[in-house]
Amino acid sequence: MFYLIGLLSVIFFALAINVISKSIKLNKSLAANENTGEAVDSSNDANAYGMIIFWALGTIAGVWSFLVAQPDFLPVAASEHGLKTDTMFWVSMAVVTLAFFFTNTLLLFFAFKYRYNKNRKATFYPVNHKLELIWTVIPAIIMAILVFTGWRTWRDITSQAPSDAVVIEITGHQFGWYVRYAGVDDNQLGNYNYKLIDETNNIGIDFTDKHSFDDFTATELHLPKGKPVLLKIHAQDVLHSVYLPFHRVKMDAVPGMPTKFWFTPNISTDEMRAKLGKKDFNFKLNCTEVCGRGHFGMAITVFVDEPEDYAKWCAEQKPFLATNPTYLAKVPDNLKSKASKYIPVEPVAVDSAAAPAEEAVSVN
Amino acid sequence: MSTATSHAEEVHTHAHDHEHEHHELNFWTKYVFSTDHKTIAKQYLISGILWAFIGGSFSIIFRLQLGFPDMQLDWLRPILGGWIDEGGKLDKEFYLALVTMHGTIMVFFVLTAGLSGTFSNFLIPLQIGARDMASGFINMLSYWFFFLSSMIMFSSLFIETGPASGGWVIYPPLSALPQAMPGSGLGMTLWLTSMTFFIISSLMGGINYICTVINLRTRGMTFTKMPLTIWSFFFTAVLGLLSFPVLLSAALLLIFDRSFGTSFYLSEIYIQGQALPNVGGSAILYQHLFWFLGHPEVYIVLLPALGMTSEIIATNSRKPIFGYRAMIGSMMGITVLAFIVWAHHMFVTGMNPFLGSVFMFLTLIIAVPSAVKAFNYITTLWKGNLIFTPAMLFSIGLVSLFISGGVTGIILGNSALDINLHDTYFVVAHFHLVMGAASFFGLMAGVYHWFPKMFGRMMNKTLGYIHFWFTFVGVYMVFFPMHYIGIAGFPRRYYSFTAVGNDGAAAFTDMNAFISIAAIITFSAQAIFAWNFFYSIFKGKIAPQNPWNSNTLEWTTPINPEHGNWVGEIPAVYRWPYDYSKPGAEQDFIPQNVPFSATKSSNLPEEEAEIAKEKDIDGLLGAQNESYNR
Repeated sequence: MFYLIGLLSVIFFALAINVISKSIKLNKSLAANENTGEAVDSSNDANAYGMIIFWALGTIAGVWSFLVAQPDFLPVAASEHGLKTDTMFWVSMAVVTLAFFFTNTLLLFFAFKYRYNKNRKATFYPVNHKLELIWTVIPAIIMAILVFTGWRTWRDITSQAPSDAVVIEITGHQFGWYVRYAGVDDNQLGNYNYKLIDETNNIGIDFTDKHSFDDFTATELHLPKGKPVLLKIHAQDVLHSVYLPFHRVKMDAVPGMPTKFWFTPNISTDEMRAKLGKKDFNFKLNCTEVCGRGHFGMAITVFVDEPEDYAKWCAEQKPFLATNPTYLAKVPDNLKSKASKYIPVEPVAVDSAAAPAEEAVSVN
Repeated sequence: MSTATSHAEEVHTHAHDHEHEHHELNFWTKYVFSTDHKTIAKQYLISGILWAFIGGSFSIIFRLQLGFPDMQLDWLRPILGGWIDEGGKLDKEFYLALVTMHGTIMVFFVLTAGLSGTFSNFLIPLQIGARDMASGFINMLSYWFFFLSSMIMFSSLFIETGPASGGWVIYPPLSALPQAMPGSGLGMTLWLTSMTFFIISSLMGGINYICTVINLRTRGMTFTKMPLTIWSFFFTAVLGLLSFPVLLSAALLLIFDRSFGTSFYLSEIYIQGQALPNVGGSAILYQHLFWFLGHPEVYIVLLPALGMTSEIIATNSRKPIFGYRAMIGSMMGITVLAFIVWAHHMFVTGMNPFLGSVFMFLTLIIAVPSAVKAFNYITTLWKGNLIFTPAMLFSIGLVSLFISGGVTGIILGNSALDINLHDTYFVVAHFHLVMGAASFFGLMAGVYHWFPKMFGRMMNKTLGYIHFWFTFVGVYMVFFPMHYIGIAGFPRRYYSFTAVGNDGAAAFTDMNAFISIAAIITFSAQAIFAWNFFYSIFKGKIAPQNPWNSNTLEWTTPINPEHGNWVGEIPAVYRWPYDYSKPGAEQDFIPQNVPFSATKSSNLPEEEAEIAKEKDIDGLLGAQNESYNR
């Protein structure tokens, strides 16, 4: 490919030099007869034809390129609101493409048709209030309809999440995502505090909150199909943005300001694989807010499971406290009994040396 | 034309009562620290052109990475040195630095300083009939602050940690924390310093433009007789004056956060194994402040291009601009609305969704005046007698790009649709067409059209045509396919698309390569322009008095106007600037300084009343001269 570019640029450069030298010669020879008072040179018609050729070739190229690119567009939206926004997108796209085609056609066609002709005089036509009123009101009406439907959809998408929504926390950091699930017992996420973050507890789960005890973490995002999911979004260091392209979900992750987005996935990974005929298809979660050198690679895999599979998967996961029993030391005394439920039967002796040090941190 | 020249000759005999204009000029005061608006305009233009080539070449380098991810770039090592890693690849952080600097340079240094700085300076005094700007000295300072700002930004390209690399919007905390990326260290400090000087420069320019337009119009030049160029420069200056200070405050708070330990934008940050003490700040606050400038900035870039295009299209259609007052009205509407749409850049930042609804409504209102402008341009062409000068071609190109990029704004301004499209290539395609390419076409149109007035020589037309066709076709080839990549959900500012998964990267390999090749060709075609421009300054054909048979006042000055613009009296203005092909007139144009009493055969019934006012206009001569001698 490099050679192709090299070759192209060499050819282009040679052409440019050729054109330049020729036109200078031409210009010199023309210089004598250019004072004849004619307003235009012979290129005027060529440029006018250029406009109409551009229109024709541009139309063909536009349609052709669309047909070529279309198979690679995002497949059917895998969420309920995504189906609505997709429909609205293509309707709006049709409207604006029509406007685009209509106005560009007029522009290029007029440019061609009214090219200079010394036997014709331009029409002195400075104003027509009726026309102006028409093309103020018509776009305004079309815009109003588009905005109004857009607003209703936006209002629904951003409304309060249903109370039975599955709550999942996503935390962006350079360069990856931590996922925390509310746990199978209370479906409530425990508190977190950025000052509690250490090498193991990399989200900063606050174990003074009893809701934290059954929370578990994962490196992939599992979602139940057909149930509303509420993503609670945080960032640890810089801005990130949660983007689930196949679900048409996007929301920034902001340090110090929790954000959220709720939606209902309606196609499971398996169904999507079957639909697309791709056995290795996977939903993705990408980052869409520039966050540093690893920004482009900041992705995790998203699995949409049937609700029962999701429940099964959740049950298989071990709460954070179970895998890291040393954090029991951070649990306040009155909750210790509740928390120790999650500690494996043969509790690892609480590391008495480490505990005071960690206690000091958790004072905050 | 004959009327115009005879008028100029007639007044030539008047005594030179502008003694203060005639002090000796040496090389430094004539070409470097000049207070002549024309020289300052040329300084802006040439700086802008140099910046455009730097900014453009950056885009070519990152397009090589995007179009040909496997290409060995060792051959760039002589220029980029360590930014090409051992594997012969572009460094990932430097990729972001290139993207950032491309945006910064193009938006601020090329399309703000190079476009508005050049043509506001050049055309305001010439078209309203003033000898210079209200303050030539502040105008000179404005350029030299811009120059200082340019030098600081330029120097940041050569430091070890690289220039600013968090995107041209420099959102904190990324831009606030040097540990987040190397570009947020010294590079960001230089960026902020440079932008501070840039803002000072543009404020000094803007104050001057506004004062000059309000106070220094020649006798008879009422607001409703001003060319649309002047109206657009006026609105642009108002936009800049009200919005740039907000960017300055955003930058200052960021400087405080970076250097003095404040927490305006920082809160609850854990980075590189360390929890920072900052709490209570808001990263969103910065975005509000930034886009309060950022959105008007789009119109700061675009309005001058639209204004100049109005003038060029009317002149070369040999027809009055259609709906002169509607054009002013829509520019005024755009100016006002530009201040209340900023948060449409922030629909998915976590801002309250109710605010999102409000800004969606406001945003789509701004589409209406934009649509009116597009229709008015098209109607101006209708039944005209079009002369395709290079300037005219670029103006038609601007209208086409303005429409093509504008219509997708209706989609992006819809917050529900923006969820999926935000920060994808769809956005990149949209704003490059509507503000990048369209404004660039305006800049080119302006250069081709006013080059004879700037340098007293003509540019080569044939090269202009070739330049136009390469650029017009090229721009569409670069940005049209980007919509598809955006609809496929590809995020912007990605070094490569390996992580989008599901063979997504492979799907658009060919299209990305195509875009890159088109970009290289389009960029190379600008060499034709550069050659034509610099060659014609010295060797171009000597320009005639009024090469495009235009109505505006600048063509009544001598071919090479001295400081002070007119020899003798400044001409008076009696009519609007768009009397082209008026029925009953001898020629197909009547310059603004021709009184109605001299064109009895072509006057419209209502214009007969204007004849009586001519005496009043002429009576203002004494007062006008008096104001210059104070």
